[in-house]
Amino acid sequence: MVANEARLRGLLMRGLDGDGLAYHAFLKDLSAHLRAYFRRRLINLPEEVEDLVQESLLAIHNQRHTYDTGQPLTAWVHAISKYKLVDLLRRRAGRDLLNDPLDSDSDLFSSTDSDAAEAQRDVLKLLEQLPDRYRLPIVYMKLQGQSVAETARITGMSASAIKVGVHRGLKALAAKVRGDR
Amino acid sequence: MKTDDLIAMLSTGSGAVEPHAVFRRYSTAIGWGALCAMLLMAMLLGVRHDLGQALSQPMFWVKVGFVISLAAASLYSVSRLSRPGSGLATAIVALAVPILFIWTVAAIALSNAVPTEREDLLFGRTWSSCPFLIATLSVPIFVALAWAMKGLAPTQLRLAGAIVGFAAGAIGAAVYALHCPEMGAPFLASWYLLGMLIPTAVGTLLGPRLFRW
Repeated sequence: MVANEARLRGLLMRGLDGDGLAYHAFLKDLSAHLRAYFRRRLINLPEEVEDLVQESLLAIHNQRHTYDTGQPLTAWVHAISKYKLVDLLRRRAGRDLLNDPLDSDSDLFSSTDSDAAEAQRDVLKLLEQLPDRYRLPIVYMKLQGQSVAETARITGMSASAIKVGVHRGLKALAAKVRGDR
Repeated sequence: MKTDDLIAMLSTGSGAVEPHAVFRRYSTAIGWGALCAMLLMAMLLGVRHDLGQALSQPMFWVKVGFVISLAAASLYSVSRLSRPGSGLATAIVALAVPILFIWTVAAIALSNAVPTEREDLLFGRTWSSCPFLIATLSVPIFVALAWAMKGLAPTQLRLAGAIVGFAAGAIGAAVYALHCPEMGAPFLASWYLLGMLIPTAVGTLLGPRLFRW
C-alpha cells in the first residue's frame, strides 16, 4: 500500500507537469482502486459502481490543481471518493443505504479491481448535450487528440477559447454526470 | 463510454497544471473583495477623522492585530478546506488564539475599570450599528471568496461555507476598523465578533448549495 502511494504519487506528479503517458497510467491505476473501494461500499448497488468510478475520475481530473504536493495522495483521493460516495447516497436518500460505514482511508490503495463493468450513463451522450463552444474543443482535442492549432483551424475558434472550452466543458460535463441541470 | 475511453479522453492533451492554483485564486479574490469593501466603506462611512492620532495608541494596534490575525487564520482555514483531505487542527488553533486573546484583554479591561465605565467599554457609542456594518462590508468579500472556493474542491460544504463567511467577516472588520472609532477591547470581543458571525451564519446556510461539485 505504501508502495502504491509512492508509485501513484510519482505518476500524478509527472502528469501534473504535463507528462500525458504518466497521467494516463495514474488514472488507469486509480480507477482500479476506486472500483474496488466503491464496490465494497456499494454492495447493494453494484449497478452504481462504474458510474461512480467515472464521476470520480472526472472530478479528480477537474480538481487536480487542488492536490497539495506535500500531502499524502491517499488522503486527497480518499476525501474525494468519500465525498462522491456520500453525494451519491444523498441523491438516493430515503432508502436504507446509509448502513455502510464510511470509514478510514487505510484500505483505499490496498486492493484493486480492474474488472470494469458497463457504466449505466453514457458520458459521450452527455457530451453531445454540451454547447458547441465546449463540445467541439473536447471532441477534437480530447477524443481525437488534435493539437490546439489543429482544433483552432477546424473549428475557427481562437486558441484561448479552445483551452477555456476544454476546461469549462469538462466541468459542465461533470455537472451533467452528477445530474445537475 | 467505457471507463478506459474516459481515461484516455481525460489524459489526452491534458498538459501541465499551473502550480499554486489555490493561492493564486484566493489572492485574486481577496484583492477584488477587499478593494470593493474599501470603496464601500469610503463611500458609505468614511475613514475616521482621527486616524492619524489613533495610530499612536496601543489599543488601535491591538484592534488591528485582532482583526488581521483572525483574517489570516480564517484564510488559512479556507485554503485548507479547499483541498480534499487536509487536516484542520492547525486551522482551529489559529482561529482560537486571537479570539481567546481578545476575550482575555476584554476581561482584564472590564475588571480593572470602575463599575461606571464598564458599560461604556462594552457598548461604546456604536454597538447597535457595528455588527451590521461589518456584515455589509463583508458582502463583496464573501462573493469573491465564494467564487474562489467554487473553483476548488471543498468536501465539507457546510463548514466551507461557514469559514468563507467568517473570513469575509474578518476582512470586512479589518476594513471597518479604518472607520470605527471604538477602542475598547470588550467592544471588539463582542460586537466585532458578532459582525463576523453574521456572514458566517449565511455561509453555513448557503455552503451546501454553493459549493457542490
